[in-house]
Amino acid sequence: MTVEPTGAPAPEHPAPPPSNPAGSPPDDVAALFARTRNGDRRALGRLLTYTEGGGPLADAVAASAWPLTGGAHVVGVTGAPGVGKSTLTDRLAQVAIDDGRRVAILAVDPSSPLTGGAILGDRVRMGSAAAAGGPFVRSMASRGQSGGLALAALGAVRLLDAAGHDQIFVETVGIGQVEVDIARTADTTIVAVSPGWGDAVQANKAGLLEMADIFVVNKADRAGAADARRDLEHMLDLGHHGDWRPPVVLAVATTGDGADELFKHVGEHRRHLRDHRSEGDRRARQVAEEMRRRLHRWVDVLVAQPSGRAAELFTEVAAGRLAPSLAARRLAGELGRADGAGAETGG
Amino acid sequence: MTGPAAGTAGPQAERHHDRHRRQPVRVVLAKLGLDGHDRGLKVVARMLRDAGLEVIYLGLRQTTESILLAVEQEDADVIGLSIHNGGHLTLAPRMVDAVRAAGLVVPVVVGGIVPDVDLERLAEAGVFAVLGPGASAAEVAETVRAAAAARRI
Ligand code: B12
Ligand SMILES: Nc1nc2c(ncn2[C@@H]2O[C@H](COP(=O)(O)OP(=O)(O)O)[C@@H](O)[C@H]2O)c(=O)[nH]1
Ligand SMILES: [Mg+2]
Repeated sequence: MTVEPTGAPAPEHPAPPPSNPAGSPPDDVAALFARTRNGDRRALGRLLTYTEGGGPLADAVAASAWPLTGGAHVVGVTGAPGVGKSTLTDRLAQVAIDDGRRVAILAVDPSSPLTGGAILGDRVRMGSAAAAGGPFVRSMASRGQSGGLALAALGAVRLLDAAGHDQIFVETVGIGQVEVDIARTADTTIVAVSPGWGDAVQANKAGLLEMADIFVVNKADRAGAADARRDLEHMLDLGHHGDWRPPVVLAVATTGDGADELFKHVGEHRRHLRDHRSEGDRRARQVAEEMRRRLHRWVDVLVAQPSGRAAELFTEVAAGRLAPSLAARRLAGELGRADGAGAETGG
Repeated sequence: MTGPAAGTAGPQAERHHDRHRRQPVRVVLAKLGLDGHDRGLKVVARMLRDAGLEVIYLGLRQTTESILLAVEQEDADVIGLSIHNGGHLTLAPRMVDAVRAAGLVVPVVVGGIVPDVDLERLAEAGVFAVLGPGASAAEVAETVRAAAAARRI
């Protein structure tokens, strides 16, 4: 047993921990975070909710998590709906756990654009998630927030990292820019296709080919798997890749065939990243990319719902007293001094 | 639109309340044991999605333990069980007891085939509500929302 963090009262009974130990308010991020570090699933589940919700609570979680991140290798798994991403991710998680890793899975699915609701069904294919000793699995709905989702997902990955998971899988449906954005924040991206020309062509169109570090032709128990692999190799021959040529792996997720080989390539890509670009450089690039996105979103929100100084400047422009270029420049200048108070930046 | 409300009474309670106001209700849907009637559960999943809820669909062959695990990881507000194998008098109370033993206050809603004579016993066992064949989309959504409002963290 680990020692209870300072500030939180010692529980009267060692187990099971009450969901809200007396004395710590339900939204006490610091207490929840300390429990998370001690392996408390429920506390982590709650902090992920705060992260998803955005706003000040999400910022508080991010602030707690940030100093403890950097230990995880993040693997994005993307591809068309039904190609077998969840089944495959479950297999990979199993292999990683057998390899001694602490594994978490973030499974992102689209929300209904009409109602905002969602059916998050990835756990159905994740048998290992149902058993004790399996990966920590969290389902996340896109909630229609185009810019915010990638940030919320990134926040969730950071939190899972800070909670001590050293191997994190992020499953996204590879159909849109948002998914591509999420996959870009991964260290290693696996693009899954299934036999048949359609998928490879779709993947090409969606720009998935360029972002793949590893290809997997899943459902290799079906006819055409070898053809699909050849097609992909051809496309790779034509395209330009740097010092890493994405391997193409055949797999049957339902039986687990190919999962070991796939995970071996994941490890090799990780080592490749270590060897060819310094770890610090890569992290710096990722952080810069996140800053760019957050600022972008901040500006989007500011323009959509101007408040404070922005509202004043918009009024000036609308009244014809100020040129838009000048107003924008002033606002940008003040951005450098602002502490962001009042702006809702999401995730 | 989600700016923090000016601190009136109890900012902590306010934020907790916020969670249900501004984030969709999350409900775990599952069937226990070998009962293979999942048509109703799928229908209910769509009804809830169309009502704006987030459904964490576990499907067939779950155990009280696997459901509890999902509830913790997913920070779910409600557990929805669908039971057609006549086992409701043991399965539903067992789920409620497991939730309580874990120190959680997450309401359990049951649907499927439950004879009227058993309704009182399920209520006594702590089941939040029971819906049967023909339950409308509005009834299903209202029931799960009401259950979510009864959830405590
Ligand atoms: C279709 C059906 C089947 C299909 C199931 C297909 C599938 N994948 O679901 C098949 C043919 C496979 C089947 C097999 C069997 N069946 Co059958 N089956 C039915 C039948 C005719 C309809 C069930 C159905 O799908 N209804 C449509 C859905 C939409 O309705 P629903 O499930 O009731 O759901 C609604 C509500 O209950 C509620 N709800 C349901 N779940 C939830 C959950 C939540 C959280 C909420 C809020 C609401 C909610 O909302 C829904 C929308 O209104 C019923 C009879 C009946 N009239 O119900 C028998 C019935 C359920 N079956 C029965 C039996 C006995 C069997 C078998 C044992 C038969 C056998 N001897 O082989 C097998 C068992 C199979 C197994 N492994 O479990 C009995 C059960 C008796 C009992 N419980 O005492 C029934 C009642 C028939 C009878 N009158 O005897 N069956
Ligand atoms: N034949 C076959 N079916 C598979 C394979 N992998 C997954 N499936 C099935 O494909 C369907 C979709 O799988 P899922 O993992 O949910 O795909 P996702 O939508 O990409 O996450 C399920 O019915 C799986 O059982 C495979 O290798 N071979
Ligand atoms: Mg999936």
